[in-house]
Amino acid sequence: MWTGTPLFPERASTMAGRVDALYFFLIAITVFFSLLIAGLIVYYAIKYRRRDPDSVGEVIHGGLILEITWTVIPFLISMVIFVWGASVFFAMSRPPDETLNIYVVGKQWMWKFQHLDGQREINELHVPVGRPVKLIMTSEDVIHDVFVPAFRVKADVVPGRYTHLWFQPTRPGRYQLFCAEYCGTRHSGMTGQVIVMDPSEYQAWLSGGAPEGSLASAGAKLFQDLACNTCHRPDAQGRGPVLEGLFGNTVQLQSGQTMTVDEAYVRESILQPAAKVAAGFQPMMPTFQGLVTEEQLLELIEYVKSLKTLPQVQTR
Amino acid sequence: MPTPTLFMPPRHYLNDGYGIKSWLLTRDHKRIALLYLAGVTVFFFIGGAMAVLIRLELATPVGDLVSDETYNKLFTMHGVMMVFFFLIPAIPSVLGNFLVPIMIGAKDLAFPKLNLASWYIYIIGASFTTYSLVTGGLDTGWTFYAPFSTVSSTSNVISAALGIFITGFSSILTGLNFIVTTHRMRAPGMTWFRMPLFMWSIYATSLIMVLGTPVVAITILLVAAERLFHFGFFDPRVGGDPVLFQHLFWFYSHPAVYIMVLPAMGVISELVAAFCRKQVFGYSFVAFASLGIAVLGFLVWGHHMFVAGQSVYAALVFSLLSFLVAIPSAVKVFNWTATMYKGSISWQTPMLYAIGFIGLFTIGGLTGLFLAAVGLDVHVTDTYFIVAHFHYIMVGGTIMGYLGGLHYWWPKISGRLYPEFLAKLSAGIIFLGFNLTFFPQFVVGYLGMPRRYHAYPPEFQVLNVLSSAGASILGVGYLIPMAYLMWSLRYGKIAGANPWGAVGLEWTTTSPPPTENFAETPIVTWDAYEYGGKLEGHVA
Repeated sequence: MWTGTPLFPERASTMAGRVDALYFFLIAITVFFSLLIAGLIVYYAIKYRRRDPDSVGEVIHGGLILEITWTVIPFLISMVIFVWGASVFFAMSRPPDETLNIYVVGKQWMWKFQHLDGQREINELHVPVGRPVKLIMTSEDVIHDVFVPAFRVKADVVPGRYTHLWFQPTRPGRYQLFCAEYCGTRHSGMTGQVIVMDPSEYQAWLSGGAPEGSLASAGAKLFQDLACNTCHRPDAQGRGPVLEGLFGNTVQLQSGQTMTVDEAYVRESILQPAAKVAAGFQPMMPTFQGLVTEEQLLELIEYVKSLKTLPQVQTR
Repeated sequence: MPTPTLFMPPRHYLNDGYGIKSWLLTRDHKRIALLYLAGVTVFFFIGGAMAVLIRLELATPVGDLVSDETYNKLFTMHGVMMVFFFLIPAIPSVLGNFLVPIMIGAKDLAFPKLNLASWYIYIIGASFTTYSLVTGGLDTGWTFYAPFSTVSSTSNVISAALGIFITGFSSILTGLNFIVTTHRMRAPGMTWFRMPLFMWSIYATSLIMVLGTPVVAITILLVAAERLFHFGFFDPRVGGDPVLFQHLFWFYSHPAVYIMVLPAMGVISELVAAFCRKQVFGYSFVAFASLGIAVLGFLVWGHHMFVAGQSVYAALVFSLLSFLVAIPSAVKVFNWTATMYKGSISWQTPMLYAIGFIGLFTIGGLTGLFLAAVGLDVHVTDTYFIVAHFHYIMVGGTIMGYLGGLHYWWPKISGRLYPEFLAKLSAGIIFLGFNLTFFPQFVVGYLGMPRRYHAYPPEFQVLNVLSSAGASILGVGYLIPMAYLMWSLRYGKIAGANPWGAVGLEWTTTSPPPTENFAETPIVTWDAYEYGGKLEGHVA
């Protein structure tokens, strides 16, 4: 039983080494102070053990220098750990500019992955080695959490909003993916695998099958089916804003605020159109709450994103 | 020490009235303490029985002993019972109730009837939660995370939540009683800086109870309202925000950690002083560390949510503050250790518990630094690393402190001594069993095993088997004191007023004390722990 019992998780992302380095530093600090305290306690307990039942301890009230010392030294050490931990966290929360984006929808009790090219997977995620991957995640029901120990990354998957997680795999292989936020009866069954492949194998896998076409093309079809195109026209003659070239830019709102158009804004504009109306438009769009699924929302978002690449028709 | 023949005092609080009414309608803080002792002991063993089932299930990687649904209910009720009905009330309501008036030379708490009402409120709240347990259970986790608790769970959320809501008032009223008592009831000469450090930690705890508990009460009401009437507080489908729940919940439940551990720290200060026969090193630093922890403890709740989608900068602020709250705890550990220097150290059972506490709390505290470091917390949060960490604080800290205190003051409470050899033996068993149970969980947590898993990958089995083996040892360790303390009530040796040769007002009155605590109100002219280089000093 002992063989095959790992005591340390494998490292398969660019982040793993950085997290482990901090972990080892903290283990060293922990071992040092635990041994210091335990050593002193045992030493004193033996050396100053009560030999005569009536004896009492020496009268010592305290010492300011000692108090300052053992306040300042732990403070300085903890500030070092704080800065170190913060720098690792910054790296974790800021993906590189060019990432392979994959959408994740969690639901009780499965993981659904949508690749931009249209591949859909359940409880399995294929990614290429060496490329930064960004997961854009939401949940259909309760809070879930994507956790891949070999990558040392984890993020909650929260209904009603998009959260992000990025990693750059360094070694091909199969890695456990867990749901790390308790989500109900079969929480411990909500697991999966990240399959990291060589780029050539990954290309082969990609070309293997996407029957419905890319995510954006599915979104384009939905855009027609839901009649979004009657108001959101590329020629600025519609009753709604032009969506071409919109994603990633800022819009002026009726309230005078400005917003950056990101996944969350597009999502909110579809589900609660009256919440943040663009300046110069009437709050007349109906809500699509309950009419589109989380996955369809992602298709629409990806379609809006793809409109960026269309030629700029005119600027009025 | 020469042992003169000792007698029980002819009149004391235990023989001042017999029959069930004299207990259920008592206003004596010492009897109410014993009512609480009965209550928390029941819930400790209910919660403990669930822990045994959890560890049995986890002895194998597949979920085979109980169903996943049952498993989820087991760990939920283990957490709810232990946190709300044992850990939070244990030391304040049992030892605090018994000792607060005696330690400051008062006849009772400021509001004796309110004190009895607090116990009834506790029992009523506990009854609601127990009702939810026996009528099908609760599966939300003790954290009640929304929207799972408000829209998804089909278990008894309302009755369990109602029980916690009600019990919260017991906590608030007890805290209020202690605060007023500390301000208004101190004996002549008992200045703030002559109070035993246990008083300071109970005072700091009471502040958290009064200020924090209302927030969790409101949060629980919001959960119930969303569940019953579909208000959109937390459910995003009706415009709510699930992360808001976490902010509200942890705003109380992080300080609640200090409600659980501060009183234990107070006990340890008393034990270290008494069994080293020496003043606690740096008295005022230890006292102010308690207040510092109470204040800073309110500002760190966001460290439970580093991966929950809060902003990067919010995470950094909460990380920084979490490191700051570690400093006063470190100061206390250093001061206790320094107290032992040139002490007259006795190895009696309470001191063993104190030493155990300092060691385990040190590990628990240092592993807290792993979690305060944001970049590292991302990997270990929601894994068994967290489970191990907080059990080192809650079980290694709070329960060691509670048992140490119970042994130290048992002669005062019962008038009789517990059997020393058995007590030392069980303290050793508990220490070993505890470490075997929870140390492997650090390792399996870093490996990536998530908490609240009914089944797990087979490569984690060895570490889980070690943990389960440890839990069975720990369980035996807890049963032994239960047995011999009951036995000692009738057959233990008569203790006498001061079996330890300790100073402190509680050792100047008879064991057990009379109902009014002191024959006449003491006048205090000495500092806490003033052993004065000789034993006789103030041992009246």
